[in-house]
Amino acid sequence: MAKVLVVTSGKGGVGKTTSTAALGAALAHSGESVVVVDFDVGLRNLDLVMGAERRVVFDLINVVQGVAKLPQALIRDKRLESLWLLPASQTRDKDALTEEGVGKVIGELREKFDWVLCDSPAGIERGATLAMRYADEAVIVTNPEVSSVRDSDRIIGMLDSKTVKAEKGERVEKHVLITRYDPARAARGEMLGIDDILEILATPLIGIIPESQDVLRASNVGSPVTLNDASSAPARAYFDAMRRLKGEEVEMTVPAVRKGFMNRLLGRRAA
Amino acid sequence: MSMNLLRLFRSRPADAPATAPVARERLQILLAHERGLLGQPDLLVTLREEILAVVSRHVQLDPDKVTVKLDRGKNVSTLEVDIEVPNGFEWNVRGGKRAAG
Repeated sequence: MAKVLVVTSGKGGVGKTTSTAALGAALAHSGESVVVVDFDVGLRNLDLVMGAERRVVFDLINVVQGVAKLPQALIRDKRLESLWLLPASQTRDKDALTEEGVGKVIGELREKFDWVLCDSPAGIERGATLAMRYADEAVIVTNPEVSSVRDSDRIIGMLDSKTVKAEKGERVEKHVLITRYDPARAARGEMLGIDDILEILATPLIGIIPESQDVLRASNVGSPVTLNDASSAPARAYFDAMRRLKGEEVEMTVPAVRKGFMNRLLGRRAA
Repeated sequence: MSMNLLRLFRSRPADAPATAPVARERLQILLAHERGLLGQPDLLVTLREEILAVVSRHVQLDPDKVTVKLDRGKNVSTLEVDIEVPNGFEWNVRGGKRAAG
């Protein structure tokens, strides 16, 4: 049975697109058939992070408006057979999306794939509300930072009121994904801790992704971080989160402070 | 041994190439297209429709069996239109009159 999962946050720049690509690739790698859908109309970037930017012909808006059929707009990943991308339009704006049109496309995708991952735009307007509209589950991407946590709280409220599931009296299953977590700064009390965030948001945790250069490196070359270097710390954290999404019990590992060579040598605290 | 010692001081493993030049080239190609002809709204939609119109004057075709692929390159891009024509198809020949299939 297909699952529609929205990756959302309210705040921009917290890692929604990175997380959509990483989780989508990890799911496909584990044998599931997956489509990642970009809802950021006018400012698409999922194609770039997936490394498919040169191959975009048709997009979500073309399909919603009936100009192109769904199979013509889907782009198959060059690395994983069961991973597909439905890009957003770069030249239109979000008003070109209609609720009925999106519902129809999501319905068709449900029949073709095990997982439909919707990459939400930032904000709380049309693009974001349509990305979450038909979701069964939600991953709320949150940075350990006050404005991000506040915006996540707002988004959680919308998931509980503005989705089809919520309107039917059902619940969208929600998970918090903490990204850009810097253990050294958390240890020094400069960053909100995991417990603080979870207590404030009162939503279960699906994973903790450490701040890492591997994420930038992967986006530079157009590869989800889980495919670019599967042994890197962020990739391992995304793979764990993916297994939890699939219902597996995976022990939560909180990224620990790794002392640098010089600091160990000199016995200093991490600066 | 000395290599291992050196690696301790590097933030990036010695065998990992710098990725910024790749990012730079990808962006240059993409933005050149988005600012230019191929970035025009609906150009590909128009191209597809007109190509199909021309072809269907001569061959009966199923619009669902047409795939359009694009590969944006640095110097040239390729637009690939793949039209599936069933065996025993009907040619629409001579001034639009269809020959008996």
